[in-house]
Parts: sequence; C-alpha cells; structure tokens
Amino acid sequence: MHPMSRLFTCLLLAGLMAGAVGCRDAEPRAEIVIINGAEPESLDPAIISGQPDMRVASSLFEGLTRFNAVTGEPEPGLASHWEISEDGRIYTFHLRPDLKWSNGDPINAEDVVWSWFRALKPETASDYVNVLFYIKNAEAFHLGQIKNPDEVGIHALDDHTLKVELTSPTAFFLSLCAFPTYAVVPRDVIEEKGDRWVRGPDLKTNGAYTLDFWRINDRIRIRRNPNYWDNVNTKNEVVDVLPISAANTALNLYLTGEADIVWDKGLVPVHLTDVLRERSDFHTFDYLGSYFVRFNCKDSPFADVRVRKAFAMSIDRQRIVDRITRGGEKPAETFVPLSTANYLPATGLKYDPTEAKRLMADAGYPDGKGFPNISYLFNASTSAGADAKIAVELQAMWRDVLGVEVSLRSMEWKTYLAAMSSTDYDICRSSWIADYNDPNTFLDMFLSNSGNNRTGWKSKRYDDWIAEANSITDLKKRAEVFREAETFLLTDAVPIATIYSYAGFNYYDPEKITGIYDNPIDQHPISAIRKIAD
Amino acid sequence: MYYFKRILAMIPLVLLISLMAFLLVRVAPGGPFDKERAPASPEVERALNAKYRLDQPLWKQYFLYLGDLAHGDLGPSMKYRHHSVSDIIVQGLPTTLALGGLSFMFALGVGIPLGFITAMRKGKWQDYAGSVVSLVGICVPAFVIGPLLVMGFAIHWQWFPVGLWGTPMHLVLPTTALGLFYAARVSRLMREGMLNTLNEGFIMTARSKGVSEKNILLKHAFKPAVLPVVSYMGPMLADLLTGSFVIENLFQIPGIGVFMVNSSLNKDYTMICGLVILYATLLLVLNLLVDFIYSTLDPQVKYE
Repeated sequence: MHPMSRLFTCLLLAGLMAGAVGCRDAEPRAEIVIINGAEPESLDPAIISGQPDMRVASSLFEGLTRFNAVTGEPEPGLASHWEISEDGRIYTFHLRPDLKWSNGDPINAEDVVWSWFRALKPETASDYVNVLFYIKNAEAFHLGQIKNPDEVGIHALDDHTLKVELTSPTAFFLSLCAFPTYAVVPRDVIEEKGDRWVRGPDLKTNGAYTLDFWRINDRIRIRRNPNYWDNVNTKNEVVDVLPISAANTALNLYLTGEADIVWDKGLVPVHLTDVLRERSDFHTFDYLGSYFVRFNCKDSPFADVRVRKAFAMSIDRQRIVDRITRGGEKPAETFVPLSTANYLPATGLKYDPTEAKRLMADAGYPDGKGFPNISYLFNASTSAGADAKIAVELQAMWRDVLGVEVSLRSMEWKTYLAAMSSTDYDICRSSWIADYNDPNTFLDMFLSNSGNNRTGWKSKRYDDWIAEANSITDLKKRAEVFREAETFLLTDAVPIATIYSYAGFNYYDPEKITGIYDNPIDQHPISAIRKIAD
Repeated sequence: MYYFKRILAMIPLVLLISLMAFLLVRVAPGGPFDKERAPASPEVERALNAKYRLDQPLWKQYFLYLGDLAHGDLGPSMKYRHHSVSDIIVQGLPTTLALGGLSFMFALGVGIPLGFITAMRKGKWQDYAGSVVSLVGICVPAFVIGPLLVMGFAIHWQWFPVGLWGTPMHLVLPTTALGLFYAARVSRLMREGMLNTLNEGFIMTARSKGVSEKNILLKHAFKPAVLPVVSYMGPMLADLLTGSFVIENLFQIPGIGVFMVNSSLNKDYTMICGLVILYATLLLVLNLLVDFIYSTLDPQVKYE
C-alpha cells in the first residue's frame, strides 16, 4: 500500500471511530423539554444559590411548605398544617402521615431536623445559610458560639411534629420554609456518598420528581416520583432540562420545536426583544428584582451626598426602559419592587435635571467644572448585553445634565465582583433578586454589617429601623417602618440610585403548554406543567 | 531511542506548564467562590477555602496538587461541586474528540483536493474560484459562518437540527462550521506545496522521461507537496481535539471546549489546570506524532 493512502486510511478510521464514540444512542425526546439557562452548579438544595439550580432542585426536594404554582405564595408541602404562636415566634409543623421517599422509606420529623442542621453546619458551606438565622440560636450555632444543638430552636416533638422557635416574629417564615435551603434531604445517601450524592438515578428524593441522570453541559432528566405525596397532581412523566446560556441558540431550539419552554431572563436576545414581545408565546411579567447603581460613599467625590443625589437625579429611568431593556421592565423610584408582598411604596428621588445641576454647583462643581475623573464599573456581559448599553446611556445622561465625563470600565464577571466587594469603584452597576417575597430581602442589604452593602455607607439609624420592623407582628405597621427606612435610604442617604425593576420572561406556546403562571417570584413548579398538544 | 527521549522530555515540560497555569489563575483577580451575594458568613468562606485547600500556603497547595496528579486525580471542580475535573473531562472529551476528528477529516478531505486542483489550474477560473473560497474560509470566523449555516440549513431549509447532539445529522453543521477554516488553510498549504514541487528538477526529469502526467502528479509530486500540510496537521489536530468554545456554544454540544473558556471566567482553578495539562499533553504528543509521520514520508528527514 502506498504510504499516503495508508496514512489516510488510518485517519479515516480514526475519524469514523471518533464519530461512533461521540454519537451514542440518542434517547427519545422527553415529554417536556425546558431550556433553563446556565448549567446548575449543584442540585444540593442546601448549597445552591442560582435560579437555574433552584428550579431543578425544587422539583427533587421539598420543604415543609412549597410555592403555589399560580401565586408563588407558600402552601403546605411536606407539612400538611401548622400552628403559629400568638407572638409569631413559635411554629409547630405537622408532617403528612404517610410521607415517603421515592424509594418507599418513610420520612419523619428527624429527617427535617437533620437536613436543617446539615445546612447550618459550616462544613456544608451553604451560600444561603443566613436564611436559617431567623431560627433561635441558629447563627450562634453556625458560628460555633453554641455547641449544643438542643439550644437551637429546631426540635422534633415526635415522628410527625416539629417545633421551630424563631428569634423574632418573621413575617415571611413560611416562604422561607419553601426555600431550597430548608428542603429535606436524604441523610443515608449523603452520608454514604459525600459530595457526589446528588448525581445518579439511585438518588432518593421527596419532591415531585426523581433524577434519571445529570450529564453536565448536556441535560438533566427528571422523572415523576410515584411516591410523592401529591403525585396525583403531577402533570407530566419525564422532563428534560437543558443548560443553555446562548440566547440565540435557545431561541433556535425553541423555534424548531426541540424545546417547549425557555425560561431564563438571560435568554432573550436584547436585539430581538421588539420582535419577540409581539408574539403570543412570549410572556413577560413583573419580577422581584431591582437594577440600580451603587456609589462609593467612602471616597471623594461620592462621599458628598449632594454629588450622589445629583447623579441619581440625572438618571432618566424611562429612557432606559424605553430605549434599552424594552421587555416590560418598569422604571423604579423605589428600591423594593412595587409588587413585593407586605410592602408600602417609599418615596425616592425623581428625575430632576435642574435640581441635580443646583446640587452639583452647591457641592463645588458648577456645570461639572473641576469634577475629578471618575468611572462607571460594569460587567462585560456575555449573552443578553443590556449592561453595556445602559452604561453608555448613563454616561450620556451624566454628560448632558451635569457636564461630567464618566469613563466606562468594563470587567469580566468575577473581576467585577471582586472590585465591587472591595469598593474599588466610583459608581457601579448593581442588581438584586429577591430571595423571598418580602421587602426585607432588599432592605437588609444596606445594614452596616451586611456583606452585600458594598457601598461604604452605614447608618445606625437605618439599622435600628430595620431591626424594629422585623420585631413587629402587625404587617401594616411593619410595612410603615420599612417605608420610612427606605425613604431615608433613597432620598436622604442615597448610597444607591434606583433604575428599574425587573421583568421575568418565558416563552412557550399557550396552545401547547399549560400550567405556567406569572408570579412575582418567578416560581413555576415543573410538576404543574402539562403538554396539551404537540 | 530518539522518540523515547522526546517522551521523557515531555514530563518536565508538562510539569512546568502546570505550574504556570496553577500560579497564573491565582494571580488573576476574583476567586472561584465570589458571587453577587456576599458570603453568608465568614465561616462559610473559611469552610470552602479549607475544603479546596485554598487556605494553605501556595507551594503546599501545588505539591498536594501534584501528589493527586500522580494518582491521576485532577481534583474536584470548584464550580460544579459534585463533579470532579476528571468526571467532566471523561464526559465531554469523547464528544469533543468526535467533533474534532470529523472536522479534521473534513479539513483534509476538502482542503487537499482543493489545493491540488487550484495548483493544477493555476491562473484559470478554477484557481480563482478555489482561492476565493479558501480566502473566505480563512477570513470569516466561525461565529459568523456558524450562525449563517444554521440560518440557511437548519431554520430555512430545515435539513439539519439547529443544535444539540446525538444523531449523525447533528454532526453535519458543527463539523462544517468548525472545519471550514482549517480546510481553507490546508488548501492554501497544499497549493503552495504543489506549485513549488512542480518546479523541482526531478519533475522535469520525469516529464522528459515520458512519465504520464497523472503519474507525475499523483506519484512523484504529491508526496513532497503534502509535507507542509503534514507539519500543520499536528497543531491543527490539537486545536480541533481540544474543542471550540464558539462552535460548542453555538450548537449546544456537550464537549469540553466551552469549559476551556468558562472555567477561566469562573476562576475554577482545578478545572483550568486540568484542561491546560490535557491540552499541553495533547499538543506535545501530536507534534511528536507529526515528526514521526514526517520521517516516514520524507526519507531525508532523520532524527538522531
């Protein structure tokens, strides 16, 4: 044989073999295919923090309550009912009588206690461990100041009863019980497999689904759990969850019928928003998230509150939602989105170029003269790309109104986060998504000791307000205190300037898919989704 | 003996590369556990750092890493906490190899004949047409070609799926999008090689001895003319086999190419190091292989 043809034969064989290896047997398409955004980092409910992770994990593991598919409000989950003490501090939960894991083992109150303590332990490294700190002595136990678990307010009274003591009445505690950190997880599997527990088909679950497989960067397949207490209401058998973060690819797969649902707000190509929102399968709804900028209150020139106010009052929010985001976002004068539960809207700063100019002159920079070089920090975004456009728009507004030249400083995500948390910026693009449906999830960010503050601003007065609000059981009075605190934050202190509140998106054809409802916390339990036509 | 020495020399080289990767990722700002929300408590941060040994002195971290490496353990991914780096590579590599292997075949299968023909028809319309095609292939990046292919063949005509992986039909568009650039490079190299060879004395001798034109081209000219392509094959294959971020992302292919980029963005230290070591080893081995092929094709090349 000619050496050349020998070489090519070898290459051809290698290529064919490679092709054969790569092309495994394709599984048949699942009943419902959902495009879910980024690949989940984890499916362990105690450690997850991303929304894509939570959507999958919540279908595998449930807590004492769960989110109602329609309203997003908490409703009975593993617990069928509960009593709340007069002072709002003691909850007694009653588990459903015949609760079973997916393999048939019984679930009892001890499983709940073990799961909560597991999330609380530092070794678990739960990103959301602080949502457990509303429980009496939970924080002290986490920090190692208390060693005896009996002192923590979590006690199993018998196999089906759990008593939970809180530090102060917590209006949103039932919502927290539906949050993944509070989910009940299988002790024996975790103790046997360690870090690798939540991967395979032999995983024992207590939610509406079991896990068929998790192939990273490919798909997660979940299957109806016949032992789930509410199995009769699970509307589908097998669901594939695809990790896709390229907006165009997601849209292509949806349009060609490879996927039934796309539900991540990062998956709407910004340049197509205008076309997409005219379609009947494009759904947008208010969503508890807030887009804003932080000012570095530690250093000049933003140490001067007049400068912060001037910058905040130069932002024409309407222009940003009209020109850039265009997906149903609402210009926001308040930091807490208006659709938040237990909330009374505060007063924020309005767009007022004249007053902004006056404040700048007052601060010693008439028409921007003598103003130092400053920059606006934002993340170089990979997919949707609105952040860069907003940066340019803000830059223009500050130039036009204040006569100030702001340079733009874009960084990739992790570098941006590092710069923000060390307040190494002048002005910084920021956003916050509610962890639970209550103003506190937004307002406690700016407590003096909060790691999420990141502005260098602190106020004892503000801290006291938030503490006071959280000790009040009367929801109306509590909301009033929050309103006072937020008004102070937004109009007197101004460590931040609000821009808009988020809109959630998903696309699905309502002729083919039912069971997805718009709710402000963007919770759409997979078990409620039904395919009514192909 | 020569090749044995070359293989031995690879070991310190790979170690050096791993050390560089290990240090560089830690110098870059931002860490694997930075998130939009601050750590829930200092205890959580401490526990994570302890778990992934980031609380140890740097030299110790590196030696512990080498110790694991000696056992074939690339460590756990810091981003995907339930998966080890090896899990992710083992799961994604076959896909990437398949796509890369096919694109390699595509590049050679299209590039060599194209180069051959354009050289034969130098100055004629076939030459110009071929040159335009390869110029476009070289200049237009995959992130433009890919979406154009999808738009035409997947969305408009619906001949092929727009993405995902599984059946032979899924292979066509990504292979083409990935292989086109390399096919164009190969065709240019082949064309030059062929033109140079045809001016050589031994071709003239063959012609004057009355050897048929077909025999001259295929038997005498082809072998020396293809040598530049052969030297390019090593780096090309290494490029293709380590995957393409753009193509894998665009077609949603579960390979390791996306991890090359994403692990750096995520500061997934162990994942970056693992992939760098994989890439370096692949590159070194393939270059060695090319040298070996070279010596069998060209008897003048001898390694001592």
